[in-house]
Parts: sequence; C-alpha cells; structure tokens
Amino acid sequence: MRDRLAKTGWLALALVLAVLVLGGGIEAVAAESAAETVAEAEAPPLYAPAPRLSVADYPTIAGVNSRVVVWLVAQLHLWFAAFVLAVPIFVFIIEAIGMKTRDKRFDDMAYEFIKVSITAYSLTAISGGLLVFSLLIFYPHLFLYLSTIFKETMFYYAILFFAESAFLYIYYYGWHWLQGGFRKWVHLTLGLLLNAVGTLLMFLANAWLTFMMSPAGVDAAGVFGGDTMVSIHNYLWNPFNLHRFIANIAYGGSIVGAYAAFRFLSATARDQKAHYDWMGYNANFIAISALLPLPFAGYYLSAEFYAYSQQMGITLMGGIFAWMFIIQAVLIGALFLSANYYLWCGMGRSDGAVRYNKYIKYIAVVIVASFLVWFTPHTLVLTNEELKALGGPYHKYIGPLGIMPAKNTAVNLMILFTFVSFVIYRRCNKVATVSWVKAGNAFLVALFATGIINLFILGIYHGYFTNTVYKVASSWPQVVTTLIIIVVTVVVDNLMYKGAREVAPLQWGRVPARSQYALFLLAVAFTWLMGLMGYVRSGIRQHWHVVDIMRDNSTEAFTPTIRYATNVVSVGTVIFMALVIFVFWLSQVGGRKTVPAGYWKE
Amino acid sequence: MGNFLRVVVFSLITIVLFAGYSGWGIPQIKPAPPPKEEKLDLGAMTMDRFIALGEKIYKGKGTCTLCHNELGRAPMLDNAAATAAERLADPGYQGTAETVEEFLYESMVDPTAYVVAGFGKKGTNDTVSPMTDVSAGSTRLSEAEISALIAYLQDLAGAEVTVEIPTGVAEDDGEEDGEEGEARAPLESAEEVIEEFACGICHVIAGEEGELGPDLSKIGADRDRDFLRRSILDPNAELTEGFEEDMMPPDYGEQMYAKELEMLLDYMAGLKEGE
Repeated sequence: MRDRLAKTGWLALALVLAVLVLGGGIEAVAAESAAETVAEAEAPPLYAPAPRLSVADYPTIAGVNSRVVVWLVAQLHLWFAAFVLAVPIFVFIIEAIGMKTRDKRFDDMAYEFIKVSITAYSLTAISGGLLVFSLLIFYPHLFLYLSTIFKETMFYYAILFFAESAFLYIYYYGWHWLQGGFRKWVHLTLGLLLNAVGTLLMFLANAWLTFMMSPAGVDAAGVFGGDTMVSIHNYLWNPFNLHRFIANIAYGGSIVGAYAAFRFLSATARDQKAHYDWMGYNANFIAISALLPLPFAGYYLSAEFYAYSQQMGITLMGGIFAWMFIIQAVLIGALFLSANYYLWCGMGRSDGAVRYNKYIKYIAVVIVASFLVWFTPHTLVLTNEELKALGGPYHKYIGPLGIMPAKNTAVNLMILFTFVSFVIYRRCNKVATVSWVKAGNAFLVALFATGIINLFILGIYHGYFTNTVYKVASSWPQVVTTLIIIVVTVVVDNLMYKGAREVAPLQWGRVPARSQYALFLLAVAFTWLMGLMGYVRSGIRQHWHVVDIMRDNSTEAFTPTIRYATNVVSVGTVIFMALVIFVFWLSQVGGRKTVPAGYWKE
Repeated sequence: MGNFLRVVVFSLITIVLFAGYSGWGIPQIKPAPPPKEEKLDLGAMTMDRFIALGEKIYKGKGTCTLCHNELGRAPMLDNAAATAAERLADPGYQGTAETVEEFLYESMVDPTAYVVAGFGKKGTNDTVSPMTDVSAGSTRLSEAEISALIAYLQDLAGAEVTVEIPTGVAEDDGEEDGEEGEARAPLESAEEVIEEFACGICHVIAGEEGELGPDLSKIGADRDRDFLRRSILDPNAELTEGFEEDMMPPDYGEQMYAKELEMLLDYMAGLKEGE
C-alpha cells in the first residue's frame, strides 16, 4: 500500500513539475524571444505581414457553409469547455466543505458532479479537435497566421491538455481510494492542480481570441514583433479572463442543476428524490452566486471595449448589436425570474416558510418591474417613418428608462431582491434565538432602506440631473452599495442565526415537479445566452479576422441579421442540449443492472 | 421515458420561444455589407465633386458621424476649419502643423496632437484622444480620401478650400476583388450600380441626397429610357436647366457593363412617385 501511495506521490510530483516547467517555459521562451528581438533589431524582419486574402483563398466544400460550421463547432466546444472547466472549481470547494464539516453528503455530491463532467470532458476534446480541423479546412491562412504568433502557446496548450486529463482522471478514479486523513489532502491537492491547469488552459485560449479583437505585439501590417507575451497580454485579455471565469461557474452550476432536476424527475424512491433535490438546490445556489457578480464583470468588459476602441464600443452598443442587448436583457430577466421562482417553490420544503409567503408577491413585483426597466431600449434603430411617428429616437414617456442610470438602478434592485428571496429561504425553517433579534432585523431593514434610497439617488439624481461624467461615474457607487448590503446582511444574518432553533426542518424532496423545470429553464437560458453573447463578441470584429490587421475577404464576411444569428445560436443550443441530455441519460444507464437469467454458463 | 420526453419538449419550447422572440419580435435590420475600397477617378474630378466626395466619406466610409454627432461623443466638426488657427496657437497643442490644412490632416492621422477639452481618453486628462488614425485600422482612408475630407471640412466651415486635388489617376490599396487590370465581377442590381458609380454624390437617388446634379428621385415620371440612356452615355448632350457642362464624367459608357446600364435604366424609369 505504501508503495502505491509513494508511486502516486511521485506521479503527482512529476505532473506538478511538468506544469511548472511548462509554465516557466512560456515565460522563458517569451523572454528569450524578447531578447532576440532587441539583439536583432537591425536584422530584416523574421515574420511576414498578415496575409491579404481574396475569396479564392477560402477553401469550400459543396453544400457546406464554412462560417456556420466553424461558428457552431466553436460554440459547442466553448459550451462544453465552460462546463468542464467550471465543475472542478466548485467540486473542489464542495469537497473542501465536506472535509471541514465531515458531512459525507458533500463528498458524495462533489463526486457525482465530477462524474457528470467526465463524459462531457471527452465531448469537449472531440469538439476541440473538430474546431481545429474546421479552421484548417476553411480558414487555413488565418490559422497559419495565428499559429505563427502563438506557436509556443498552442504547443504547450496541447501538452497541458494531457496534464489536465491526467489530473482529472486521477481525481475522479482515485476519489474512493484517496479517502481519509492524509490521502484526502492529497486528493484535494489534485483537485487544486486540476483547476490550476484548467484555468491556465482557458487563459491561453482567451489570449488567441482576444488577440483577434485587440491585437498586440504586431505592427500595422500585422508583422509579429517576436514577443509572444505582448500578444498574449493584449488589451482585452484580462477583462475576458475575469468575465469567462465567473460566467463559467454560473454556467457549470446551471448545467449540473439541470442534471439534478433530471434525476429528481426520474427518481421514484423518496431518498433519491431528497438527494437530487438537495443537489439541485446547491447547484442553483452556485449558479446564482456566480450570476450576481456577472453583470458587474460584463460592465467592466464593455467599458474596456470602449477604452480600447471607441469605434468598437459604439459598434457593440450603438448599432445592430444594440438589439442583442435587448435580447440579453430578456434572457437575464428569465434567468432571475426562474432562479427566484425556484427559491419560492423551495420554501415548500419547510412548514416554517408560511411566515414569509406574504412577502413573495412584493419581491415578484419589484423583480418584474426592474426587468421591464432593464428591457426598455434606449436609442431605437428605426425607419424614417417610424422616427416621424415617434417624434425622435426616444419614446416620450418610457425613453428616460432606456438610459444606463435607469438600467443600473434596475439591475441593482433585481440583484438585491433576488438576494432577499435567498435570505428568506434560508430563514424559513429556523427561529433566531439571540437576544438582539429585533434590533438585528431593524438594522437590516434600515440597511436595505438606506441602500435602496441611495441607489435611487445615485440613479435618478446623478443619472438625470447632473452632467455626463457623474451619470457614468454613479454606476460604481451603486455597485458598491449593493455589495455592501449583501456582505453586511450575510454577516449579520449568520450571527443572528447562529445556534438558531429549527422549528420546521427542511424536507428535501418535498418540492413540486414544476420547480425542477425552473432549473431546466436556467440551463437552457444560460446556454442560449452564452451563444448569443459569444456571437456578439465575435461579431463586433465585423469584416476582420484580426481587427484592423487581417481582413476577412470571404463571401461570409458580412454581419448577419439578428434572425440569422439567433437561428444559428438556437440550432447550436438544440445540439448541445441534446448531447447534454444524452450525457444525463448515460449517467442513469451506468447505474442500471440487468440479471440475464440463463444467459451465462453456470 | 415520460420525464425524458417532457424535459426534451420543455427545452425545445424554450429555445423556440427565444428564437421566435429574436427573429420575429425584434426589428430585422440588414447590416451594411463590408465596405469596398473605391477606385477614385481623380482625373475627372472638379473641386465641387471633390468636396462632395469628402462629404460622402464623412458620412459613410470614414464613419466620422459615429462619434462627431449631437450625442456629444466627440466635438462637432462644423467649425473645425475655422477654429484650427486658434487651436494651433493653443499651449496644449503638441503637433507640428503650421497651416489649417496641415492641422486638419494631423487631427485625422495623429488625433492626440490636439485634444479638445473634455473629449480626451478617460483618465488621461485630455492628453490622449480616443480617436484612431483614419489612415490605418478599419477606416483606412487613402491620402486622396483624407484630402477630400479636409476639403469638405474647409467648405463646411465656410473657410477657403486650400486642398489641391491629388493628381494621381486612380488609387487602389490592393484590397479590390481582383488583381490590377483584371475585369471586375458584374454588379447584380441597380442599387449596386448606383453605389459603385457613386451616383448619390451628385444626385438625389437611392436614399442619397447629392445636390450637384439634377434630382432623380422621380425622373421616371418626366423622362423616358432613351433620354436617360443618352444622359448617362453623353451627359453634355442635353443639360437640365440650372446645371453646368462637364460636371458628370463622360465615360460611364466605358465603365459600365451593358447589363448594368440596362438595370440602371430600368430602375430609373421606374422612379415615378419619388423615394
């Protein structure tokens, strides 16, 4: 046994060293190439300019639309990758919680989560391979140009994928072996390494796509200067890394939530229903926890678009893509509503929840009203006749709701009241026993009231009655206000409910089946929304492969209409959801056994 | 199996609802196709046409109005040529221009040389302009196009137009569909012909509102195909009252394919009610 443990230890150590060496290798190569660049400043350029292409440079296959193929394959790869990168993050956290609390239910749930992602992992690799082939077949010059600049990172990416696979398989297959004491710590460390490699892989891939949007390390003709790190660390790289990291967690939570819902609906035994209900609740909690800060990360990303290129920013928010944000608002509204609906249904798990039922209708009114404000468009792209009929691009009454201060106020309220739903849910089965309950509740009511008034002052006064600088600047204090309310409430609520008396225990499994469809809605809406915003992100490059450097001269360089784009997104979502449901079904089949009486020789 | 089907149907209905809302609940706008590099026939260019070309670039390919508009993203340019001398003398000016023309040129290719107060890049205290070099990047205007823009801005401000029309015969940055000397692909519609031959610079036609030539928005009501054909192939043969000779290039007959000319004539003959 000791030998085996030692062997595993050596293997883990070797893998860690490999990652470190490879990670350092990137820097070393970058530093080396930077030094070479300086030394050979006088020498003729080593790299060719970005190629100028004609229609003939894009190979075609009869009956195949090359852009749609690459679009769908890339999107499928991204969905699976987001899922398999996100799941190990919260599996790691749940496993750590299980170790801390010594509650085996957490360990079992973490194992089940990682089990779901194992099948999805092979689909990620398959779709990744398909993407490379598609690019090589349909866009060979673009791929060659990018691989000239990113050759080292592409090579190490492939190597790192091996490391990722190794960690994942040891982490998964070694789950029941590496239990208890030191072994559990080894297992948790493997989870940490798995996440480190996964995140590094994502950052590398992000560098390639953000280079296409905000190229760095090349001159105006696209001639590479030789320093890969400059090209990796381009202007939009970090904003993307942050946004994708958070969004992936929300997305992964929503998909495993759908898995739990699927298993809940299929379960017949009470204990199974209870298990999957609990699992779905936790997955939803993870998804919503990551969803709440996501608008802020998105806001930061959009601001960086403007900061990098005003023209790109205006293309993003002021032209045809502006309508995508209206669609996005509808989708996010659906996400918030379904998340809240799930929480409200979940209150049926405890009889103590009746105390709070009366508040739900008010929360619903605020969330729907905020959603409507968020949904209200600002400048409408209208025909001349429509403009004349409306008297301008803004509507007389609801036009003021279209500008950012109104939307910022609305989204902050939506987040706050979703949080209220969560606080109520957490309280529904308990009664606080500390002596300062009344004072604590009064403080929280005052905190919310003051915070909401502050949101309105910042939104209405600074948004409508001061100059542009304050209008924009007021969004940050609004975010800070919301975060302060959430953090302070969590702290106070935890203190207040420490040692609280449980009056009506949560009965896991006692939720209506319709609540599970809220989890499915969450997963489908997330998937579709990711596809839509992925298109927007890629679409704002317009007729450029690499913005301002390498023009797309294929017949498919045009910006499609909204219907065309959303149809592609919808087809992609159908394919992805079909594969995901197939994965769910596989996980069920894996547990089934048939006794073939008389089939085998006795 | 029942749950499996229910989940599949629910997911499909959700996707169809999203697609339906986006495809039919949102106004469908056909985005403009990628811009084409135009060949400028500078030999046949008068100053009025050159200024009109500048205006067309200002409102179109140059994407100037994207920011220089009443929404206040960038300063208005109505008076840019008139205020140039004052800005050249401003202590904040960091460029090397000495004349108004040079200043306007510099403001397009090196916008940071002078940043109008309040319009600098965020956090730079108006020392860096958010505008990009119009001769590079996605705008990528040629020298002749920048000159036309300067002429337009000078004319717009009522200042003296000092720009000289470049003497080059044609400009091509190599991004055309074919190699030099290779025949271009025939255009597919009258709208494409109008766009390719820039009829809207001088005429009111196809949504363009040029003022240098006759208004063609209802031309089909007054003129027959033969007259229109003659006017295109030999513009000086019969002039519309109030318009001068030699304003219109005389070689469209050589530039247009026969099919394109016929499409254009069909289109113009059908313009009876105004656009």
